[in-house]
Amino acid sequence: MKIPTLYLHIDGASCASCVQKIEGALKQVAGVDDAVMNLADSTVTVTGKADISSLIKAIAVAGYTAQSIRDVLSLRAVSEKEQADQRYYKELMRNMWVALSLGMALMLYGMVIGDMSVNSPKQRGVWLGVGLLTLAVMIATGRNFYVGAWHSFVNHNANMDTLIALGTGTAWLYSMFVVVFPALVPEMARHVYFEATAMIIGLINLGLALEVRARGRTSESIRRLIGLQPKMARVIRDGEEFDIAIEHVQLNEQLRVRPGEKISVDGRVLTGSTSVDESMLTGEPMPVEKTVGDAVAAGTINKNGSIIVLATGIGHDTALARIVELVKRAQNSKPPIGRLADSIAAYFVPVIMMIALASALLWLNLGPEPRIAFAMVSFTTVLIIACPCALGLATPMSVMVGVGKAAEAGVLIRNGAALQTASKVSVMILDKTGTITLGQPKVTHIELAHASDAKSVLQLAASLESGSEHPLALSIIDSAKEQGLSLDQVDQFKAVVGHGVQGRVRDKKVLFGNEKLMRDNSIDIAAYLASAQEMAASAETPMYLAVDGQLAAIIAVADPIKEDSIAAINRLQHLGLRVVMLTGDNRATAQAVAEKVGITEFFAEVLPEEKSAKVLELQQRGHIVGMTGDGINDAPALALANVGFAIGTGTDVAIESADITLMRGSLHGLADAIAVSKATLRNIRQNLLGAFIYNTAGVPIAAGLLYPWFGVLLSPVIAGAAMAFSSLTVVSNANRLRFFKPRSHTISAPARLVNK
Amino acid sequence: MTMIMVNLLGLALIALIAWWFWLYKPREVNGNEGVVTIVVESGVYTPAKIQVVASTTELNPVILRFIRKDPSLCAGTLSFADLDISVELPLNQPVDVTLPPLQAGSYGFACQMQMYRGELIVVNQ
Repeated sequence: MKIPTLYLHIDGASCASCVQKIEGALKQVAGVDDAVMNLADSTVTVTGKADISSLIKAIAVAGYTAQSIRDVLSLRAVSEKEQADQRYYKELMRNMWVALSLGMALMLYGMVIGDMSVNSPKQRGVWLGVGLLTLAVMIATGRNFYVGAWHSFVNHNANMDTLIALGTGTAWLYSMFVVVFPALVPEMARHVYFEATAMIIGLINLGLALEVRARGRTSESIRRLIGLQPKMARVIRDGEEFDIAIEHVQLNEQLRVRPGEKISVDGRVLTGSTSVDESMLTGEPMPVEKTVGDAVAAGTINKNGSIIVLATGIGHDTALARIVELVKRAQNSKPPIGRLADSIAAYFVPVIMMIALASALLWLNLGPEPRIAFAMVSFTTVLIIACPCALGLATPMSVMVGVGKAAEAGVLIRNGAALQTASKVSVMILDKTGTITLGQPKVTHIELAHASDAKSVLQLAASLESGSEHPLALSIIDSAKEQGLSLDQVDQFKAVVGHGVQGRVRDKKVLFGNEKLMRDNSIDIAAYLASAQEMAASAETPMYLAVDGQLAAIIAVADPIKEDSIAAINRLQHLGLRVVMLTGDNRATAQAVAEKVGITEFFAEVLPEEKSAKVLELQQRGHIVGMTGDGINDAPALALANVGFAIGTGTDVAIESADITLMRGSLHGLADAIAVSKATLRNIRQNLLGAFIYNTAGVPIAAGLLYPWFGVLLSPVIAGAAMAFSSLTVVSNANRLRFFKPRSHTISAPARLVNK
Repeated sequence: MTMIMVNLLGLALIALIAWWFWLYKPREVNGNEGVVTIVVESGVYTPAKIQVVASTTELNPVILRFIRKDPSLCAGTLSFADLDISVELPLNQPVDVTLPPLQAGSYGFACQMQMYRGELIVVNQ
């Protein structure tokens, strides 16, 4: 079997000769090894390394229109799906009106004017006419059920259609039998059920129609995401600007984006600077500053500057398209909680048929007269009331809404399993650097010892560090650059691992590093130890600078805590999670940060490779562990945790790396993810419970369980209504999730120390 | 006498349901000759049982092409529960499902509400 590389859908090809023409045209395209058209489904399978647009062009030249099947599936699919749903909805509503009109008329007749029995020849004649009219209505409005039931049956399969067809079919056949052979039926049982047949079909059509509507709403989030993709772009070709359809933008083209416009591709800013609203993708409410060289993403809004962007990702290759793809995939995937319902649903219909038969037999053997009528009614009612759909729908509908809701908050959930586990996380590990803090250390202040001014201290330290790539070193250099200081030449540079750096600057011997470096070089720091400890206690890292054997100054560097970390951690704790911090920093700094953000448990001095071990340790203590960190350095720990949360940096996300990706840097995204997953799972449980209760209570009642005590036997019409609305209830309950607002209860009070 | 007959008939029907829907094994369609097209129509997948030879590499994957002609909502989603694959099937458009390397065994697929069911059987060469 060859590897089919590309599929095209061809419009307007209907004859065998078209096939040759199209295949011939495609084979002429450079890179195509083979092209095979399937006329039955109007598709071509093209093997080889060909560019999709040249294939479409070749087909256009041959006189047909083609589109990539993947293309059809992603961006246009939603509107097509909506149109198809709309058609289906209209058809169902029309069926509903036709069937219900007949059913209601017959029911009214039965209630107000006459009885529904067959005794006189005149009644027989009338009912025969009504029976044939009912048959016509059944065919006109319920054909799908009967055809579906038959197809399933011959394929040894049974589904909803089987139950509906069997139920209504039995009611109709019984009624016709009474009309045609009244003599064979006991007098008491000469009753017709044409109204039930028509009513049931009408109600089920109504239920389906309402379900189509309600289901449309469950995909609101994905529609919103897809809607972010602009249709047009302004390209610059040969110095001139044109507005063209987005499909025609090529890679590496230059695009002009004016203020207030949506950016149509992923790209890099070539000229200009602006601020960009990325909230629709990342959930980050603050606009992000962009200048030359910065990456911008399709679907985000350019706020105030005019920029020229080089297209680096187009079509399916934008962050937006990948997000849409991921969300769609996740929306359709099922969490394990749905498995039981699925396996029940698989055996459900045949079991219901058996119960219906058994119930009919019981009525025939033990029931009161007219036994045959009671048996028929209970048989029909059991078949009609049973609703495997509610069971089958319970999970997917909620997942659909929950995953979409999360995406709106900038939280990408990989699949249903991740969603379910996230709802059960008991311990959340937060990596400190870059997760709780910004991950960009800054010089907070300089305490002078023997040096006379802070600027020269900073200049010396920065000069010495200019060769280093340590994050703390970078903070020193940045700080010096911010103050406009120039860096000097360094000689005899030496990095002492775990201690610091040394070298000669301006012919002075300069040492820069931690306490150990000072002690090893016999620098006297005794007088400054207290202030160094104070720095550590307030989450700053003290770095000593010695010049020619004397302590010149202590530079305090701190990685600032993200401004909303405290509130977000508080939210996590209120959601019932134990929050644990993990850091490579020393104990004192770790403790200081933990206390600031309200965390009572932390691991300090953890080497990067030990992070996984900490996850394992907590898991072995019986916890369901969530790990939050950046997707790259913390990847092994994220993978080991029950749920890994990769905290992103805006739209430039590696969305394949974690179970759950937080597109914005704020930890509120994490709290949102947990809150949404908990709400979704709660919703699923409600749905499943409702569906189970409905079926386990409904079926026995329909079979006549209440009759011996209360003399109640459900009418098939009531059963039809109950069935039609049970799955609608499930979908509507799932839709309630749309109004869930994870951030509505944001707690802005300062964190307090919680005792273990 | 009539009641005994009726009862026996009823029990026979119950047994028949069990046999027809659960015990009967349909013939499978060989899926190794090119891409198998599975039509989703009137409540069933046709063919509903497909047999393929296990593919152990990503280079030569098993591909199933689904075409949904059934507007009913259940048919709109196809899921292979064991493989954690689920795909949306738009109306009247072929959708190719590329399967990962598979161990020999049986993999069920179904629509969203488990009403339409099919089976993929993977055998060793």
